Amino acid sequence: MNPVANQTEPVIRIESLYKSFKDVKAVNGINLKLFPGEFIAVLGPNGAGKTTLVEMIEGIQKPDSGEIFIKGKQWKNHHAELNRVLGISLQETWFIEKLTVKETLILFASFYKLGEARVKEIIALIRLEEKEKAYVKNLSGGQRQRLALGIALLNYPEVLILDEPTTGLDPNARRELWEILLKLKTERNTSLILTTHYMEEAEYLCDRIIIIDHGKILAKGKLNDLLQACDKHEIIEIGLLGPPPFDFTTVPGVQKSRFNSKDNAFVLEVKRIVETLPLLLKKLEESKTEIAELQCRTLTLDDLFISMTGRHLNA
Amino acid sequence: MKNSLLILTISHLKEFIREPGSMFWSFGFPILMSIGLGLAFSGKKEIMHGVGLIPSSNNQEILVRNTFFGGGVPKDTLIEKRFDNENGLTRYAFHITSWENAEVLMKRGIISSILTEEGGKMVYHYDPLNPEGELIQIQLSNFFKYGHLGQDTGSIRPLKTQGMRYIDFLIPGLLTLGIMMSIMWGVCYSLIEKRSKKLLRRMVATPMRKTDFMTAYWASRLVLTVFDSVVLLVFAYFFFGVVIQGSIAALALIFLAGNIAFFGLAILISSHTANTQVGNGMISLITTPMMVLSGIFFSYQSFPPWAISVIKVLPLTKFTDEVRAIVNEGAGIIDVLDGVAILGVFGAVTFFIGLKIYKWF
Ligand SMILES: Nc1ncnc2c1ncn2[C@@H]1O[C@H](COP(=O)(O)OP(=O)(O)OP(=O)(O)O)[C@@H](O)[C@H]1O
Ligand SMILES: [Mg+2]
Repeated sequence: MNPVANQTEPVIRIESLYKSFKDVKAVNGINLKLFPGEFIAVLGPNGAGKTTLVEMIEGIQKPDSGEIFIKGKQWKNHHAELNRVLGISLQETWFIEKLTVKETLILFASFYKLGEARVKEIIALIRLEEKEKAYVKNLSGGQRQRLALGIALLNYPEVLILDEPTTGLDPNARRELWEILLKLKTERNTSLILTTHYMEEAEYLCDRIIIIDHGKILAKGKLNDLLQACDKHEIIEIGLLGPPPFDFTTVPGVQKSRFNSKDNAFVLEVKRIVETLPLLLKKLEESKTEIAELQCRTLTLDDLFISMTGRHLNA
Repeated sequence: MKNSLLILTISHLKEFIREPGSMFWSFGFPILMSIGLGLAFSGKKEIMHGVGLIPSSNNQEILVRNTFFGGGVPKDTLIEKRFDNENGLTRYAFHITSWENAEVLMKRGIISSILTEEGGKMVYHYDPLNPEGELIQIQLSNFFKYGHLGQDTGSIRPLKTQGMRYIDFLIPGLLTLGIMMSIMWGVCYSLIEKRSKKLLRRMVATPMRKTDFMTAYWASRLVLTVFDSVVLLVFAYFFFGVVIQGSIAALALIFLAGNIAFFGLAILISSHTANTQVGNGMISLITTPMMVLSGIFFSYQSFPPWAISVIKVLPLTKFTDEVRAIVNEGAGIIDVLDGVAILGVFGAVTFFIGLKIYKWF
């Protein structure tokens, strides 16, 4: 448990949240706490229920059952107030196409009674100075994402809820956005819930990670805890020129073996590479099998996810 | 500038004005329409009738022979006759042809009557529902008898008084139709589109006041429709000499009421769907019948009585009738108060029902 967490009240507390659409259980019993200054990543494949979950927190969708408390308050009685606490960006929003970037920000700023000074700051922050006078219609996908983030940040929100803010961004833009968020964390103690398909993003940015699929939490915790709990820390990926001469799990130390057709390689989960790799190589040499490719690495979230669900995170 | 009502209003205006097509539909279209229809129905009119003439083989078509062929044998041809009188120019095109061929011409709309001759008398074949057929029968029976279209009784004085011409009838209709279209597309469709693009939910997830949002929509549309209407009225005055004979204050009042009525309807229609195609269909379903029935282009008096009682309760009918009364009959505020009240209440009721069930997310 986070030591800070025990002393402070969570900014967001979610208790057994459920939401179904016709035959789909989009969110199926989720409990969650977000503490001040904490960054949480919600990871999951397409259709896992991420958007449904965060939109319920944002007050946009109504849960079938369960409670959501933001700073101890609920949507039904404190709508206007909670809208000032949160800064959100939806998975897809089309702003008014024939308004410029600046006009769009001025419009949203007016809802918070903020003036042009704040708009200028935001434009600088999201690096859209050059596009300030461009119609929203003419922005690139990444620039639109940054505009959406800018709007989310307008009112100095205590809690940010961003639904896939970096999908479609190039690596540089993604990194810039991460830096903006980390700066908010250190300077303003902002909390964040972010949904993503990218493990690097979750690893780099977030204190805690929640992996969901079919509306349920499969695992949650700090990244290291998640990986450690798994008991298989390291991965050997090996590609062969011929068929495999023996079952890899017969090699001492190999705990699991699967074939990754994408890379045309076998993925072996091992306890320690240094112990297993020499044995593996020796056995392959004895059976005269040629190696096409060999890679050793530590376990990632994707590996973890695959071993839990049999599917890739960002399929 | 932090006043969100004002900024919202300006944003809506910019959004509309920057759309290239919108200017044409709101200014160009009504003006072109009034030019087209105004010219077609004003000035010295020129009318063209097509008639099929079927010569039979028994050599008895005395009338046709004597009239067109100097007593000779009729042959396949097209003969045109022009008749000029105070009403303007009327042209007749006589297609002398076989019955089969005449049927084809009729189907194509080239002729509207087929004439045969039996025992020295003309027989007129036409669709009894088409008034043109009857007109042709009256005119041509005179023509075969006297050589011109009218009987020699009475004389013609075309009416040129203001307020009694077709263009005077048309301009108020184009004005109210323009307002309805402007609001149904500019507000109703625009709101549905905003919902489908998730913009509505994004805006409502801020402290924005919903009343500000709606008021801004209404205000920006009011500004635009005032502008459209003034342009149309000024144009009609200079181009056709259409004058507002009644009270300008009454016109302003009914204009406001009409705006409220259609704005309310727009909110109600846009209250649920997030699908722009469904929205498109619903708007057409509402506006098209009103456009046809409410007496915009021709009077609804020719519909059967039960239909008229239905037509009269349509908001566009009420609106148009009142505007016409002001422009053409010189009506004042007192005369239009009932219309103002009805339209105002209709708008308020539809607006509040719409708002009650409005799907913001
Ligand atoms: N309005 C809706 N009506 C019906 N089904 C819905 C609706 N919204 C979501 N769903 C279903 O609920 C499930 C969860 O959807 P959700 O959008 O929350 O997934 P997600 O994790 O955000 O996926 P993605 O990564 O693709 O954004 C999906 O199976 C989806 O089809
Ligand atoms: Mg999603």
